[in-house]
Amino acid sequence: MNRLLSVSAVALIASLSAAQAQTEIQWWHAMGGELGAKLEEITKGFNDSQDEYTVVPSYKGTYPETMTAAIAAFRAQEQPAIVQVFEVGTGTMMAAEGAIVPVHQMMEEQGAAFDPAGFLPAVVGYYTDTEGNMLSMPFNSSTPILYYNKTVFEKAGLDPETPPKTWAEMEEFSNKIIESGAASCGFTTGWISWIHTENLSAWHNQPIGTEQNGFGGTAARLTLNGPVQVKHWENLKRLSDEGIFKYGGPVGGDNAPPMFYSQECAMIMNSSASRAGVIANATDFEVGYGMLPYYDDVEGAPQNSIIGGATLWVLSGRPDQEYAGVAKFFEYLSSPEVQADWASFSGYLPITQAAADEMAGFYAENPGADTGIKQITLNEPTENSKGLRFGNYVQIRGIIDEEFEQLLSGSKDAQGALDAVVERGNALLEEFEAQSQ
Amino acid sequence: MKRTLFRNQLLPWLLLAPQLAITFVFFLWPAAQAVRQSFLREDAFGINTSFVGLANFKALWSSPEYLNSLQVTVVFAVSVTVLSMGLSLLLAVAVDRMIRSTSLYTTLLVWPYAVAPAVAGILWWFIFNPTIGVMPYFLDTIGYDWNHISSKSDAMTLVVIASAWKQISYNFLFFVAGLQSIPASLREAAAIDGAGPVRRFFDITLPLLSPTTFFLLVVNIVYAMFDTFGVIDATTEGGPAQATNILVYKVYFDGFVGQNLGSSAAQSVILMLIVIALTVVQFRYVEKKVAY
Repeated sequence: MNRLLSVSAVALIASLSAAQAQTEIQWWHAMGGELGAKLEEITKGFNDSQDEYTVVPSYKGTYPETMTAAIAAFRAQEQPAIVQVFEVGTGTMMAAEGAIVPVHQMMEEQGAAFDPAGFLPAVVGYYTDTEGNMLSMPFNSSTPILYYNKTVFEKAGLDPETPPKTWAEMEEFSNKIIESGAASCGFTTGWISWIHTENLSAWHNQPIGTEQNGFGGTAARLTLNGPVQVKHWENLKRLSDEGIFKYGGPVGGDNAPPMFYSQECAMIMNSSASRAGVIANATDFEVGYGMLPYYDDVEGAPQNSIIGGATLWVLSGRPDQEYAGVAKFFEYLSSPEVQADWASFSGYLPITQAAADEMAGFYAENPGADTGIKQITLNEPTENSKGLRFGNYVQIRGIIDEEFEQLLSGSKDAQGALDAVVERGNALLEEFEAQSQ
Repeated sequence: MKRTLFRNQLLPWLLLAPQLAITFVFFLWPAAQAVRQSFLREDAFGINTSFVGLANFKALWSSPEYLNSLQVTVVFAVSVTVLSMGLSLLLAVAVDRMIRSTSLYTTLLVWPYAVAPAVAGILWWFIFNPTIGVMPYFLDTIGYDWNHISSKSDAMTLVVIASAWKQISYNFLFFVAGLQSIPASLREAAAIDGAGPVRRFFDITLPLLSPTTFFLLVVNIVYAMFDTFGVIDATTEGGPAQATNILVYKVYFDGFVGQNLGSSAAQSVILMLIVIALTVVQFRYVEKKVAY
């Protein structure tokens, strides 16, 4: 025991003296499991490539936990230089002027090679200000797509190579599947808020809030109780009553994937980044990929889908030499090789055009892997399909789930539920506006 | 009571110092912070702070979600207390009548108390999972479609069962101890007078157990209101549609997930007042008046 201690003490001293020559950069992230291991491998690649800086990644738990930890650390003046924040935290981070260093500003100050034009607008647009300046560095972005069970499609007499394109087809295909007995449920879904409210709106070029979906400032309010959203929620309620659609739970919908894997439901809408997980779990059937269905009577549909995932924010108040290292690290992260490696491993979207080109070979070998990127780049993003930015949005997403559950339980109709989302959400937005003044 | 007199004035303070330091650092200081925060409106990073008086409290009383949470907490606390105390009393009475296997049963029944709340939550989450759980499978065979993800009453039932199960061991131990301290001669005398077992239980055992029962009542309410965070977080996360969002969980969610510090602090101040009230009840009434 004593010997072990002294050996580790020597190792500790050795590592400390080695580290002293280098500038350490703390990076707090929320990637557990295999993604976390890959993230560490990528970081190691950077640390080995030069000897001035060492990036130290630390896993801090779930997205909300990581964000809360970073905010608490900031208040105690112990903040990391880089923190990974999920997309719904964007509004909170952006409003915290003085706590963050916008990425475009930092890259300029440090004289880093940085070409905003090289990034995919559909990905970085979510994280830019109204002048188009990039505020945070996209790291892992995904978009929802449709996964379907080809084996069940075949059994039901459907063409296994043709996924449903519209909601009318979703219903028609589901009915055929259930009638033929190939599966007992047509479809399920993760993320009611992200997929069936936010993406539904972008996909049909409908606004979900004022001030360009909140990009214009904290005076923005929700307007997601429009006719298209109401029609879709009504539709989901009806399909749920008929047994065609099965609800998978709030937030990410933890119970949805098992229903798809067990072949109870023939289709699932979920993040494009779940692709690896879907393939690993689809042991008894073949998986097909399609874009999200749309309503063909809505003009302008399909527009483009929006992303989700997380970006890296730079926090202020660290020594200057750390920011020089962060700029170098971001250069490395956005290089086509690193991007292509990360995106093909994880199923997340590449963030630059160069990286997307680099991945052409991968996409050719893995049919369906490019569904997400095709979908977000389908059309030039409009004000309605660039993304969204509201304060207190984590809670607003919770409200969306709750009101959807009220709709399913029959205590509210679609209009009533969405009106309630707007009313309760706007109270939170008013609170947020008051807080940040 | 015997009074101890210290000659040295410093010694008592010195002996108390560790306990006082812990109380200050882990209780008084955070409590003071919460009270201060409850009068402020502040963004998550603490950059803009303004004093808003009682606005955070007023907002709570006019918030349907908060009132709903209060109601949910009452239903939850009463159900957990009644269920866990009822079952424990039943088990304790059963064990009290055993002659040889008492210690074996006692040991087995105390086990669940060692399970951490989060682990207990996960266990029940698996048992009742609508897709892969055992219970929904059995309930389905008798024609009940269990789904705590969309049904509010199913969700409440789940968290009540999971929370009550954890507390049964604790209640059981106290009830067994309470039963053993009742002189057997009283019950024997009643039996000789012709009272049946049920009559003896209600006329002799239950009244004599009342100090224990009252003590457990307060402890169980406190447990249900404040110690069940882990169970809720691991099973329903307050859902569906806030059906299981008890006050403690709402403090956590609004503060830590939603970053709404003012409102969260105001809620924790209200909870603090509730704890103080329960403590006063326990000390003033339970420990003094319920005695024979």
